[in-house]
Amino acid sequence: MIPAAFSYVRAGSVEEALDELSRHGGAARLLAGGHSLLPAMKLRRAEPGVLIDIGRLRELSYVRADGDRIAVGALTSHRTLERDPVVAEQVPLLAAAARRIGDQQVRNRGTIGGSLAHADPAADLAGAVLALDGVLVARGPSGVREIPAREFFTGRCRNALAAAELLTEIRLPAAPGRSYAFEKFSRRALDWAVVGVAAQERPGGGVAVALIGMGPTPVRATAVEEALAAGTPAAEAARLAAQGCEPPDNAVASASYRAHLAEVLVTRAMAAL
Amino acid sequence: MIGSAVPRKEDAALLTGRGTFVDDIHRPGLLHMVYVHSTEAHALISGIDAEEARSLPGVLGVWTARDFAGLPPRPSVPGLERGYLAGDKVHYVGEPVAVVVAADRYTAADAARAVRVAYEPLPVMATVADALAPDAVPIFAPLPGNLALEQQVTPDDVTADLEAAPNRLRARLVNQRCAGTPIEPYGVLADWAGAGPTVWATVQAPHRVRAEIAERFGLARHLVRVIAPDVGGAFGVKSSFMPELFLAPELSRRLGRPVKYVETRGEHMVHTYHGRDQVQDVEVGFDAEGRVLALDVTITVNVGGVPDPVGIGLATLTSYMLGGCYRIPKIAARFRSVVTNTTPTASYRGAGRPEASFLIERVVDLVARELGKDPADVRKVNLIQPDEMPYQTPFEGIVYDEADYPAALDLLLGELDYAGLRAEQARRLADPAAPLLGVGLSTFVEMGGFGPTPLFEQFGYLGGWESANVRLQPDGSVIVLVGTAPHGQGHQTALAQIAADQLNVPFEAISVLYGDTAVVQEGTGTMGSRGMPVAGNAVRQAAAEVAAKARTIAAHMLEADADDVVPIGDGFQVNGAPEATVTLAAVAERAFKPHLLPEGTVLGLENTAYFEPKNLSYPSGAHGCVVEIDRDTGRVSILRYVCVDDCGTVINPLTARGQIHGGVAQGIAQALYEKVTFDGDGRPLAASLEDYMVPGPLDLPPYETHHIETKSSFNPLGAKGLGEAGATAAPQAVVNAVVDALAHLGVRDVEMPCTPERVWKVMHDAS
Ligand SMILES: Cc1cc2nc3c(=O)[nH]c(=O)nc-3n(C[C@H](O)[C@H](O)[C@H](O)COP(=O)(O)OP(=O)(O)OC[C@H]3O[C@@H](n4cnc5c(N)ncnc54)[C@H](O)[C@@H]3O)c2cc1C
Repeated sequence: MIPAAFSYVRAGSVEEALDELSRHGGAARLLAGGHSLLPAMKLRRAEPGVLIDIGRLRELSYVRADGDRIAVGALTSHRTLERDPVVAEQVPLLAAAARRIGDQQVRNRGTIGGSLAHADPAADLAGAVLALDGVLVARGPSGVREIPAREFFTGRCRNALAAAELLTEIRLPAAPGRSYAFEKFSRRALDWAVVGVAAQERPGGGVAVALIGMGPTPVRATAVEEALAAGTPAAEAARLAAQGCEPPDNAVASASYRAHLAEVLVTRAMAAL
Repeated sequence: MIGSAVPRKEDAALLTGRGTFVDDIHRPGLLHMVYVHSTEAHALISGIDAEEARSLPGVLGVWTARDFAGLPPRPSVPGLERGYLAGDKVHYVGEPVAVVVAADRYTAADAARAVRVAYEPLPVMATVADALAPDAVPIFAPLPGNLALEQQVTPDDVTADLEAAPNRLRARLVNQRCAGTPIEPYGVLADWAGAGPTVWATVQAPHRVRAEIAERFGLARHLVRVIAPDVGGAFGVKSSFMPELFLAPELSRRLGRPVKYVETRGEHMVHTYHGRDQVQDVEVGFDAEGRVLALDVTITVNVGGVPDPVGIGLATLTSYMLGGCYRIPKIAARFRSVVTNTTPTASYRGAGRPEASFLIERVVDLVARELGKDPADVRKVNLIQPDEMPYQTPFEGIVYDEADYPAALDLLLGELDYAGLRAEQARRLADPAAPLLGVGLSTFVEMGGFGPTPLFEQFGYLGGWESANVRLQPDGSVIVLVGTAPHGQGHQTALAQIAADQLNVPFEAISVLYGDTAVVQEGTGTMGSRGMPVAGNAVRQAAAEVAAKARTIAAHMLEADADDVVPIGDGFQVNGAPEATVTLAAVAERAFKPHLLPEGTVLGLENTAYFEPKNLSYPSGAHGCVVEIDRDTGRVSILRYVCVDDCGTVINPLTARGQIHGGVAQGIAQALYEKVTFDGDGRPLAASLEDYMVPGPLDLPPYETHHIETKSSFNPLGAKGLGEAGATAAPQAVVNAVVDALAHLGVRDVEMPCTPERVWKVMHDAS
């Protein structure tokens, strides 16, 4: 519970943050809400030499409707997502997922960019962004690029960002009036998901289903989606929930129980759509 | 004041963050101590390289076992002496191997990580089965094998009784290992200035700690001062003699500066001793009505890698309480305490008694199930009746005090609407879409009010009494010094209520102080639900003496006969003469004026009383739990939790409810959430609060609490204690409910914790 020594700089702008990142190379880590990074440091699972604090970059905290897309700044807090009227109307799945994160203190501090960049396989927002076919916007020394959510999570707590890149925005196709469901099964009321399901009726038709807690990364339940598209009844399609997944087998839950939960939660999500 | 729900005196400071815990205390020149803990469960230490650690700026030193060879061992079972740090070998992950002192805690933590310990692995025996296997090697050097203690608690052999019984059944019950997880972990600050140390520590018995420190350092006790400031929960785990209690003063002596040690949460999970961890093999004989005729129990306790003197014998208390609130004529009990490569186990809320209550309450349910009878009915035929009290159990010296067990059960069944619940259960069973419903009962009795002295001496205490000094200040306000050392129980409040009644002074005019050996006369401490039944009576007795003397002085001032003087509002009055009054403040001041007092009056208004209880007390009650089980996921939700408690006299219904809430919460935690686990290599799998499932407020139900007050005749207050009752009653109330919900599937048992996955597997396997 006592972190290793580190130095600290506060970035006054995105440019400054990028400069600092380039200057320190791999030794530096960005600090947003600190609610994943600081615990990891206290447990000495992470020992960055430099923390670049981007927590006060207000310009990265916003929700904007941009045509048929919704743009969410990387530093938008979970709590904002929970309560923002644009989110509620255009991408309510995101609010439903945000509402289930930790407790209010966590939701006040934690940010969407931090949650996605941390890439915990059980992160609630990761499931929602994946089901929403979100696109992540990264800025680096050589400019801006877009990374589809499906390509962003590359492994357990690994993402597709380059060392000197910073996540600035998450873009989500607006889905007003489309049905959605977020089902989370956790051991305690305020806890990480053992398994969770985010489901979204897509603007172009069909249903997107994402799973959290079912492998090293959040995943799309492709088998379920395809079965549904082929007209398979929901209950039957749900049986395919764990297909292709490699759920963790640990003290929290066995792989077989997780697979069972995935089926139950997908069934419930389908019923809620 | 006794019986009124006054808010706690403690709360204003604690709720505004103004409490003083060990880590809040700062001394000039303070140094910080950090352990290097073993990363191996069983290994020889082949070398410790502390060069790099010593060279870090700010590090004052690194010490290993050899450096403390001159210090007599920690309080231990004779023949099983324990040192302070691992010497030649380590016995469990988390065992302290070396200690680092640095100018700040960060440097100390860095230095501890820089110490390199070379281990030569030994075979790891993380379970009792492994430790007792034919090829097991002895873990703890003073012992030739891993069976640390084998004890026949009763001489009875019930084989013939079991054979003669019309029905018999066997069961193996598991009471899993739990961690205390108080919000404040262990902490010690020692400042050896002058002739001896002052030690601030998160302990439950400062005088005992003082005695043990004085003995280790060859000091007279007056030279050692131990202070337990605000203590943020203890639950028994702060009654073990952790090495830091002695290492911090010793290092302060060597370095000539104050030394602080504060455990981190991660350390707490592996270093501070755990509780429970029993496997119970039971055979019970019973008749067609469900009357229990004989009980045979073998308890196997996992005592961890370095046997603790309390932990090694804790199953004695389990054995004593095996009969629960039932008239069981014959009980044969024996236990084995087994050393394994895990963190040691010792006291945890209830310390041995919840394990017994769990056992007998599960057994009664099994008997009911076997006979196809309602568990409530089987309880009724077995309960000891009020006219049988005091009741001599089959165990010598274990005599239950006054209680009405059948009344508690009846009240519970009424509050639950038991018949209604059974009907609802049947309705849901018929509807495959409805979650399953289960009802669990727990009619329990536990042991509180520890003493008396002959018993408590066996745990190493000077006595089983408690002390109180009640002193009137010259303005009529009151200071009470009490020998307990509470850690959340609210003694400032409850003891002030008791004193207020005796002295006839307002509750607000009384302060209760404790926890400092330089302030408080000899005391015993807070454990074993002894606050009200023992300390409460000491306060009552001392206050009564003071009140009597005040009355004599008042009589002198009023020029009346003491027998004619009666207490009124804020003082005294001559009976029948409303104008002849004197205030208590005037009396108190007069007590310090020798020239205005009758010849020979001892100055001052104070008294010190040591109250020795006649025997232990036996808090009891009946708890009921209603659960719902999600057929798809196995998740258990508690719909209702109803408590009927009989703790004798209720001093403060508010704080009494608080004790029940907290105790039941820990009992539910054991039933549904918590378990300390290790892998085959003895590595802890739940060493953080991310993995060790302490439930939060949203996971716990609202509690419905009821009391019946059957006063104990074993002490003048009639109090029995309440601190451990909830934790004793709850686990089996919940588990009985879970099993009840699944009984139609043929399920007999679900091991704790009844996690969704475990319940789902049981359902899955059964159907
Ligand atoms: C008690 C507790 C309970 C929790 N419960 C849940 C839960 O139920 N569900 C859930 O999903 N989460 C939960 N969390 C995690 C929480 O959501 C975190 O806030 C989130 O995972 C990280 O966001 P942050 O802003 O705090 O990121 P930080 O901790 O500051 O950073 C996390 C990582 O992301 C990187 N990073 C941050 N911002 C950026 C950026 N803009 N560009 C590139 N990299 C960046 C950091 O360098 C770091 O590596 C919990 C956390 C706590 C402490």
